[in-house]
Amino acid sequence: MPLSRRALLTGAAAAAGVVVVGACGAPPDTPPAAPRHGGRLRAVFQGGGSKETLDPHAPRPWVDQARHKALFDKLTELGDDMTPVPRLALGWQANPDATVWRFTLREARFHDGRPVTADDVLASYARILDSAAAGRRGTQLLGELDLANSRALDPRTVELRLRAPVVELPTRLAGTGMAIIPAGTGDFGRPVGSGPFRFESFDAGTSSMLATRFDEHWEGAPYADQLEILSAGLQARGNAVLGGQAHYADDLDPTFARIHEADGAVRVIRAPHSGMQAFAAKVDRPPFDNPDVLGALALTIDRQRLVDVVLAGKGEIGNDLFGKGYQYYADDLPQRPHDPDQARWLLRRAGAENLRVTLNTADAGTGFVEAATLLAEQARAAGITIDLATVDKDTYFADILDNGVLVNESVGAMPIPNHASTHLLSSAAQNVSRYRSPEFDAAYRNAQATGDTGRRTAIYHDMQRRFRDTGGLLVWGHSDWIGATAPALSGAVAAPANTLNWARFDRVWIGAGA
Amino acid sequence: MCARLGWAVGQLSCLALLVFLGTAALSGDAAVTLLGDGYDPGQAARLRARLQLDDPVWTRFGRWLADLCRGDLGRSLVGGEPVGTVIAHAAAPTLVLAGATLLVVVPLAGTLGFAAGVREGSALDRVLTTVTVALYAVPDFVVALLVVALVSVRLRLLPPTALGADGATLLTRPELLVLPVLVLCCQSTSSLSRQVRAGALDALGTGYVAQAVRLGLPRWRVLLRHVAPNAVAPAVQSTARVISSLVGGVLVVEVVFAVPGLASELISAVAARDVPTVQGITLVLGAAVLLVNLAADLVVARVVPRARERA
Repeated sequence: MPLSRRALLTGAAAAAGVVVVGACGAPPDTPPAAPRHGGRLRAVFQGGGSKETLDPHAPRPWVDQARHKALFDKLTELGDDMTPVPRLALGWQANPDATVWRFTLREARFHDGRPVTADDVLASYARILDSAAAGRRGTQLLGELDLANSRALDPRTVELRLRAPVVELPTRLAGTGMAIIPAGTGDFGRPVGSGPFRFESFDAGTSSMLATRFDEHWEGAPYADQLEILSAGLQARGNAVLGGQAHYADDLDPTFARIHEADGAVRVIRAPHSGMQAFAAKVDRPPFDNPDVLGALALTIDRQRLVDVVLAGKGEIGNDLFGKGYQYYADDLPQRPHDPDQARWLLRRAGAENLRVTLNTADAGTGFVEAATLLAEQARAAGITIDLATVDKDTYFADILDNGVLVNESVGAMPIPNHASTHLLSSAAQNVSRYRSPEFDAAYRNAQATGDTGRRTAIYHDMQRRFRDTGGLLVWGHSDWIGATAPALSGAVAAPANTLNWARFDRVWIGAGA
Repeated sequence: MCARLGWAVGQLSCLALLVFLGTAALSGDAAVTLLGDGYDPGQAARLRARLQLDDPVWTRFGRWLADLCRGDLGRSLVGGEPVGTVIAHAAAPTLVLAGATLLVVVPLAGTLGFAAGVREGSALDRVLTTVTVALYAVPDFVVALLVVALVSVRLRLLPPTALGADGATLLTRPELLVLPVLVLCCQSTSSLSRQVRAGALDALGTGYVAQAVRLGLPRWRVLLRHVAPNAVAPAVQSTARVISSLVGGVLVVEVVFAVPGLASELISAVAARDVPTVQGITLVLGAAVLLVNLAADLVVARVVPRARERA
C-alpha cells in the first residue's frame, strides 16, 4: 500500500520537530543556569517488594518504571498534554485509514554498542505480545498489531501493519511497558537498553539499582555520573528527601505538599492533571441503571469540598470526565453543579426516595476512604444513605470490576483515547462502571479511522458528551502528582507520572542552578 | 527435652497450616496483585495457570509441605527468587536491629527495674513508673514519627532512614541504627523494667530475704545474692516475651525507617499474596520465637534454684 503525502499525520510535525525535543529537556521554570556535571544522584520511589523487576515489559511498581526509563527508550513518550513526543522514532507516517505505519528510527545505540534497528523494534513488540507469557503490560495497547505482516524496510525504518485502524498508534507506543530492547533478550539480570543510563548493579534485598552515565546516548550524556534508584514507603520517602538522604522523592501525599511548600526545606514539585479521582457507579444494575438516580448522585457531590479536604487543595475539581487538560478533553461542557435540591427532585421522579446504597472502599489509593466518608456525608443532604463497606486493599482494583454498585476509582495520566479503549469500551478489561454502549464503541472505531485531527476531536468531544450523563463515572477531582527535590538538585520539572519528564534524571544536575 | 522438641514441631506445623489457610482465605491471589490496576481477566487466567494457582488449596499445601520436607522453601510467586534467598537477605537487617535493641534493653531495663524495685515508693521509683507507663501507652509508630521529625528533619542530627542499607551496612554505620533502636527500646524497656521491678519487690517480701536481713548481712549483699537472682527469673521469661513482641515493633520500625528486613518483606508478601514467601517468613519467625522461649526456660532452670528442682 503506497503511502500518500497527504496521509502524513502528527508525525510530520514531529519529524520536523527534532529541535523541539531538544528544547523539551530544559525546564521552562528554572533560570538558565549552567548545568553542572558529575555526582551521584539518588532518587526514591514507591516500591513493590519482590514484585520489583528490571524486565521493562512487565513493569508494575513506580520504582520499576523509573528504572526502566533510565535504562531504556521507547519509540515515543507522552508530553504533559498526552500528545506523542518522538524519542527513538524520528518521525512517522500512516496511510489514510491508519492501518499501515512507517516509523523512522533515529541513530541510536544500545549500551553494548549495537545500533538500535527496526528488527529490535519488531522483536520488542513480539515479546510484549507473546501469548505464552503473562503479565506484559503493553499487550492491550498493541491489540491491533499484525506482527506477522509487519516488517523492517531497512535498518532504520519499521513498517507496522494493523488489523484495524488506530490513528493514535504513536501515543499507544508511548504507553507503559513499551520499551525497545535488543532483539533476542530474554534475561534481565544485567539489562541492556538504549536509555541515558547504563546498568551497573541491582540489589533486590535493599531495592537499590545503580546505573552510570551513558555517554553515547542519542540525546547527549546525562549530567550526573551515577544514578541510584531505590524504593521505600511513603513516610520514609518524605523523610529521606527532608533529611538529605535522597535528591528526589516521588509520589508524596497532599499533606506533605501542604506542610513543606511553606517551610522551604525541600522544593515541592506538583504536576497538575495527574490523576483522575472518581466514584464509579455500575450502570448495568439497579439503582444506577436509572439515569435519574445516577444524575441525582452526581448532583449531591460537593466537588470543591472533596478537593479541599481529600487532596488538601492540591488539585482541581472534575466534571465527570477523564483527562482534564489533555488533548481531546471536552472542556466546553458546563461544570456539573452541586445541587442537593435538584437531586431530591430527580430521585422523586425516579421513585427512588430514601435511596440506600453501599459504597465499597479501601485504602487502595490516596484518599479513597476519606473521599468515601465525605461522599456519604454529602449524600445525606439529598436523602441518600450511603453505607461504607471496607474491602481488601491489595486486590481492590480487580475486585471492583465485578463487585459492588458504587466504588472508588482513580486512574493515572494517559491519553484520552487510551483511557477509552482500556476503561470505557464494551470490551475494555477495566470497565469499572460497566458502561456498555454500541454507539460509543462505534464512535471510537470511527475516531481511530479519522485522520483529520479537527474531525477526530469533534468525535471525541461527542463521545465524552454522550458518556458523561450515562457512563457512571463521577469524577470529582484531578489530583496533582507530588514529588520533592532536595535543595542540591537543579533542573527538575513537575510532570505527571507516565509522561516524558516524570522520573527523568538525564536533564537534572547536582549543584546550585537557581 | 524430646517431648519439648516434638511440641515445637507440632506447633510449627499448626502455624504453617493456619497461615496457609489464612492466606488462601484472603481475597484474590498472586495473579490479581501482579497485574495490579492493569487487571485483565485473560492475563490473570494465564498467570494463574503458570503459577499453578488453579489447584485446590489442599493440593497446593501438600506440594509446599513436600518441598519443605526436602528442605526447599519454594520460590516467590511474584519475583521468582528462591524463598530461602529472600529470607537470607531480609533476616540480616532484622537480626541486627533486634540484637542491638536487646543489647540496650536488657541492661537498661534490668538496672532501672531493680533500682525502682528496691526503693519502692521513692522519688526515683515514682518517676520511673510514670515514665515507663506513659511510654508503654504510646504506640511505636507515633514515637517513630516524632523522633524522626525532631531529631532528623529539624535538628539534622541523625539520618531519618536506612535507605539502601543492608545488614552489613547497618553494622558499619551505627548512626543508622540509633533512631530505630531508640523507638524499639521505648516499649520493650518499659514492659521489661516493670517486670524486673515486680520481681525485685516479690523477692524483697520473701521470708529468706527477711531472714538474711535479720542475720545482719549487709544490704548490698542481700540485694545481690538473694534478691537479684530471684528477680531475674520472671525477667528472663518476660525478656523472651519482649523478643516475641519485638517482631511487632520491628514491623513498624522497618517500614518507617525503610529497613529492608523480614517484617517489611512479610508485609509486601502478604499484600502480593505471595504464599511461599509468607509461609517461609512466618515459619522462620515462629521457629525463632519458640527457640527464644526454649532458651529462656533453660536459663531460668539454671539460674533459679526452685525452677532447677522442679525441672
